[in-house]
Amino acid sequence: MNVSFELNGKQTTLEIEQRESLAEVLRGRCRLTGVKISCEAQVCGSCTVLVDDLPVSACTLLAYEVRGKRVTTIEGLADDSGRLHPLQQAFLDHFSFQCGYCTPGMILAAKALLDENSAATDAEIVAHMNGNLCRCTGYLPILKAIRQAANQLRGQK
Amino acid sequence: MKPLSDFQIVNHSVPRGDGIPKVTGGAIYTSDMVVEHMAWAKVLRSPFARARILSIDASAAKAQPGVIDILTGYDLKGLQPYYGHGVKDHPLIAIGQVRFVGEPVAAVIAENELAAQEALGKINVDYEELDPILDVDTAMAEGTPRIHETDFADGSFRGFDDFPGAAGNICQAVHVGWGDVDAAFAKAAHIAEGEFYFPMVYAYAMEPYVAIADFDAKGHLTVYTSGQHPFMVRHDVAHVFRLPLNSVRIIVPYIGGGYGSKSYTKIEPLVAACSWKSGRPVKLQLSVEEAFLTTRGDDARVRIRTAVDARGHLVARQATIHLNTGAYAENSPMVCRKAANRIVGPYRIPNIKIDCFAVYTNTVPASSYRGLGGAQVTFPGESQMDELAEMSGSDPVEFRLKNLAHSGESIHPGMRPIDADIPGDIREAAKMLRMDRPLAPGHGRSVCCSASDAGAHPVTLAMVQVYADGAVSVLSGSTEIGQGSHTVLTQIAAEEMGVPLEKVRLIGSDTAVTLFERSTGASRTTTLMGRAVLEACREAIAQIKVMAEEVFAVDADKLVEERGGLRHGGKFLTWANILEQYFKMEGCSIVGRAYLRKAGDLTLVPVFWEIGVVGVEIALDEETGKICLDSLVTIGDVGLAIHPAMTEGQDLGAATMGLGAGLFEELIYDGQQLMNGTMLEYRVPRFSDLAKNIDMKLVQNRDGVGPYGAKGGGEGAVNPISPCIANALYRATGARIRTLPLTPERVWKALQEKKGAAPR
Repeated sequence: MNVSFELNGKQTTLEIEQRESLAEVLRGRCRLTGVKISCEAQVCGSCTVLVDDLPVSACTLLAYEVRGKRVTTIEGLADDSGRLHPLQQAFLDHFSFQCGYCTPGMILAAKALLDENSAATDAEIVAHMNGNLCRCTGYLPILKAIRQAANQLRGQK
Repeated sequence: MKPLSDFQIVNHSVPRGDGIPKVTGGAIYTSDMVVEHMAWAKVLRSPFARARILSIDASAAKAQPGVIDILTGYDLKGLQPYYGHGVKDHPLIAIGQVRFVGEPVAAVIAENELAAQEALGKINVDYEELDPILDVDTAMAEGTPRIHETDFADGSFRGFDDFPGAAGNICQAVHVGWGDVDAAFAKAAHIAEGEFYFPMVYAYAMEPYVAIADFDAKGHLTVYTSGQHPFMVRHDVAHVFRLPLNSVRIIVPYIGGGYGSKSYTKIEPLVAACSWKSGRPVKLQLSVEEAFLTTRGDDARVRIRTAVDARGHLVARQATIHLNTGAYAENSPMVCRKAANRIVGPYRIPNIKIDCFAVYTNTVPASSYRGLGGAQVTFPGESQMDELAEMSGSDPVEFRLKNLAHSGESIHPGMRPIDADIPGDIREAAKMLRMDRPLAPGHGRSVCCSASDAGAHPVTLAMVQVYADGAVSVLSGSTEIGQGSHTVLTQIAAEEMGVPLEKVRLIGSDTAVTLFERSTGASRTTTLMGRAVLEACREAIAQIKVMAEEVFAVDADKLVEERGGLRHGGKFLTWANILEQYFKMEGCSIVGRAYLRKAGDLTLVPVFWEIGVVGVEIALDEETGKICLDSLVTIGDVGLAIHPAMTEGQDLGAATMGLGAGLFEELIYDGQQLMNGTMLEYRVPRFSDLAKNIDMKLVQNRDGVGPYGAKGGGEGAVNPISPCIANALYRATGARIRTLPLTPERVWKALQEKKGAAPR
């Protein structure tokens, strides 16, 4: 079957099989391997992508479900000139990753929050990010990065 | 020694070398890789913990569309199918027998993962079930059958000289002792005695085990793997296929977490056998649920007693440790050795008797887990320190200070003296935690510490390539597992060669390209590989100085070394300039190398003492038994932090991992079946478990044997966290719990018992 959707700003039509998850399609057919697979049960958040700006676990969403929608992966976050999104820069500045496996999902989940509420409090950030696991950092460096990006995004408004 | 202020790149929190790839999705992990003409494998796993395999009929599976080949234990003729760096007890796929639920019994190799998966259901295995041996006591009881019926050859254990071999179901026994414990206990003023249990844990590296193996037309084997010890994998795989070392090339791209769970050989021999059998490159990607069935940490039952004299000095410790090692040895013999050493703690104890046993059972094989036996034994050790402090009428911090070994003192006869300021660290942690403040109801505080003989066996070889255009490459066999080694090693090279960090590239890890590095673990990389890189840079510089005599046309003693090159009067040439003028050719490079081994100042074990010092304040909800962290403090006594921010990140990461085993994490077996082997049911620390207040400090006394006095970090803080929480809970409630994790249920029950009410 065919499915058409906007992928990282570009209209895309792909021939897929009905059973394919969005993560399989993005990783396998589009080679967007920034979408990481871990728990495969919507617990860890490593496969988080944005569908119409909302965070979604791509491992358990049928690709068919994104027809006509906008899908953003980590590869689509920097602007056309390659300038990093404030969250990406903040993750660099605060050493908010070690192995980096959770990082694309973390950044995208945080982006969904800050797009909606760049004045999020620490408690709101923690509540929002609780569905993204990181086994390396102990979370504080991630919290600091999200705070910094929030500040910067507020300043841009 | 060069003063801290002179460092331009080292001791600075420079950008991570792997930063941009990791925030843009450009970092390629083995999971992300495909190679030309690649097939996929899927594994059929045993439903029984102990059974004979009577027959396997894979004919229907082989006839399935897309299926290329099937591999079973009947197909291994010509191979040496048992591997293991410690004990060669591990068949690459079950041969005639299965020893745990989840053991690979057959692999389907197919054109795609789905075809492989679907064919698994068509394989018929006829088993004869045997009574499973599921716990340590049963395994050790007289008359219990052996889980491994034969004795296996020892692996070339590298760094472990006293392997005594297996007896019955005891995979490894280690005995540590000095003095006369019986006499000391007879005279003691106070004795703390108890039985403690540290749970079976799963490291949950977010990238599950994955490998791609490819036998080429010349019979050379290339393996891409998420394994953290490529040279140890090479050793095992070369043995299995009887290949010379240069026929096996192990390449490790970025690794999605390890924490010990990716040390040594895992699925690589199986995947290589799939390629060997099918003639195709084969990828095997495990799911997290399969990773749960691949490796776990050793759970530990510790019977321990510790004595003090009337003045509050420790006089004796005696402990019997039983590690549940599961079906195969993996690295548990080393866990056994380290648990036995580490239970002594960082204290002067004149009489010691430790008996530690790693015991085979029909459960998932246990192996390295961050801290390597340290977490398992620091929990009982540090719990008893608080118990003894109370018996002695002493403040727990003061009690520790009275007994801690000072820098230069030995805690283990014959081992390296303590190379850290542990009393200073403890004082600092107590100060940061502000122990003197009054406690709110339900709150408790504690400061705990550990000392681990770290670094593993020092054989570490490195090369640097210095180019005539000013670039430098570091060729390192250490793997970048997230700890930041690829950043730290380039910092050292940039500092030594006097070039900007951007000019230094890290090449690794690829066993065909980089020299031997025993392992990336035991917190060794900064200390050993960092020092090897430093020495390789100095060796390159020594070569260039000889060339410089010709280039400058003066004797070497007239040349003055400055940062990045040599000066003679008004003339300064960089190392690159000298190379260019010496060879009179663009594009040249030379190699500097360093070979570290157990010699000189690396003769004494351990390479360094890894110190863990943490403090916590807990807030307990007495209604539910739920413990939250109000405050967490960590001290990183690391000699010198090559990269301060990443070093602190290691401490927080290790403390958080320790928090998991302290509060939530436990693999639960019901009979032979692992009941909670999914991330839906296995609870690891989340964002909301973050302590409200976190304070981290690095102590930089430059007292290590690593570069510029550095020592390793990253595993220290995992050890003392759980006793720290248990001690704080005792302080808050008077309830002493000796079994982890401190789940709300367990805490609530203990509180009810404390109140005298029968737990419902």
